[in-house]
Amino acid sequence: MDALLKLLKQNALESPANMAKMLNVSEKEVRAKIADYEKKGVIRGYQAILNEDSLNLNKVKAVIEVKITPEREGGFDRIAGRICRFTEVESLHLMSGSFDLLVFVCGKNLREVASFVSEKLATIEGVVSTATHFMLKTYKEQGVLMEMKDEQERLQVSP
Amino acid sequence: MNRKDSKSPRNPVATHILDAPRSGIREFFDIVSTRKDIISLSIGEPDFVTPWHIREASSYALDHGATNYTSNRGLESLRREISGYVNREFGVLYDPTDEVLITVGVSEALDLAIRAITEPGDEILYHEPCYVCYAPLVSFAHGKPVSISTRGEDGFRLTRAMLEQKVSPRTKALILNFPTNPTGAVLDRKNMAEIAAFAVEHDLVVLTDEIYSELTYEGERTSIASFPGMKQRTVFLHGFSKGWAMTGFRLGYACAPAGIIDAMTKIHQYTILCAPILSQKAAIEALRNSGPDVIEMRNSYEQRRNYMLAAFKDMGISCHKPRGAFYMFPQIAKFGMSSKDFTLKLLDEQKVACVPGSAFGPAGEGYMRCAYATDIEEIKEAMKRIAAFISKL
Repeated sequence: MDALLKLLKQNALESPANMAKMLNVSEKEVRAKIADYEKKGVIRGYQAILNEDSLNLNKVKAVIEVKITPEREGGFDRIAGRICRFTEVESLHLMSGSFDLLVFVCGKNLREVASFVSEKLATIEGVVSTATHFMLKTYKEQGVLMEMKDEQERLQVSP
Repeated sequence: MNRKDSKSPRNPVATHILDAPRSGIREFFDIVSTRKDIISLSIGEPDFVTPWHIREASSYALDHGATNYTSNRGLESLRREISGYVNREFGVLYDPTDEVLITVGVSEALDLAIRAITEPGDEILYHEPCYVCYAPLVSFAHGKPVSISTRGEDGFRLTRAMLEQKVSPRTKALILNFPTNPTGAVLDRKNMAEIAAFAVEHDLVVLTDEIYSELTYEGERTSIASFPGMKQRTVFLHGFSKGWAMTGFRLGYACAPAGIIDAMTKIHQYTILCAPILSQKAAIEALRNSGPDVIEMRNSYEQRRNYMLAAFKDMGISCHKPRGAFYMFPQIAKFGMSSKDFTLKLLDEQKVACVPGSAFGPAGEGYMRCAYATDIEEIKEAMKRIAAFISKL
């Protein structure tokens, strides 16, 4: 991955001026590259990584394994395209193995997620079966530890 | 006082230990450790924690009862991994059975190598500014350390001409450390070739401390051991502290001709016995599976180096571009203070700790060492504070 993208993934709030210094290029170049990535759709958004468990939100998350029948034209894409447009769906992946789609869903409570699955997801033509797993706790999200920290103690001065 | 009149014993400490200076870094540590809320650019170790899979391998070994001594030379499987690594990365093939010795950090390896080759009064050359241990270790071995000053204007390179000036019939060995702590200097091939030729002509042993080798940002990564005629007179010293962020594991190694390794092992078996087995297990994992981690960390240091270099340039402070290690060595002589006074004043007024260049030998006077193995946010803040500091001088 391009070094600029890696820096943005580490900290999307880093200023172009600082990134320019780190990468030994001009600030103008950094700004132009970011604009280009945005235009081409490589960068699709900037979000904060939250420890949602600490916020006591009225929110439950579930992961749903979905089996579907691929279609002669379009394979899995048409059905995946329908499913991912629901606002309840946070992410969606096509998987290898014993099921086809892995759907990350978010709702206010168990019932809301359950009704999304039974009324919306399962009734889509081509969906063969679903298996829903509710998430209990998040330890790590997008490469960031949520609660634990390494106990590193460096001396203030060392040779 | 006359000894006969006194009940207190004579000073029991041997003169060659008494005469060795205390580490300038230690002295500075004592000052800094009394201060609170400082930003420290004085830390000569990675800010990364050891990659998890390496830590995990060590704890797996502990869980499975790896609590024994190993052979004096270290685990055979680790020596094999090291032999393979050194061959792949530096193009020098060492026999894992009798040309590799695992030690407690590269520091022990250096001590063993110096003790193994030094007769009382032998002169050993080393280049300054440098890491703090070379001269004392030579003195402890009853040798005579002979320093060679390198200069910022030359990129802290060591040249044949400099060696010519200091060599004598008593010169036994030359210690090299490139990339260099504290300057970040890296030698190019041509330079290294002339030093190698010099060592052959004068029949010198070369001890090469390669601890920062993985952290080379520009220039070819090469070791003097790979030059013609050098393997048989080189002690290649390396370890896991810097490149793999494993300082606390205290694991290093030496690769050298069997005769030297045998002599070093003789000292090692009586003083240390063997390096800790859990660290050796961790090192096996490090060599087998951490190529990408090492590169990621290296790239991160490089970005921070670029940032720091640009920041010093913005301040109008002249600074040689370090091509390796993780230290910047800006020149502060123009402010008319000794490096010690400058760093103390900086610590007092802006709470930023940098190591005075004089801690790395007289050739370091007029400079200070700023480690960029520090979180980028801290580096940004430190640079702001240093800029504020010098604007008032």
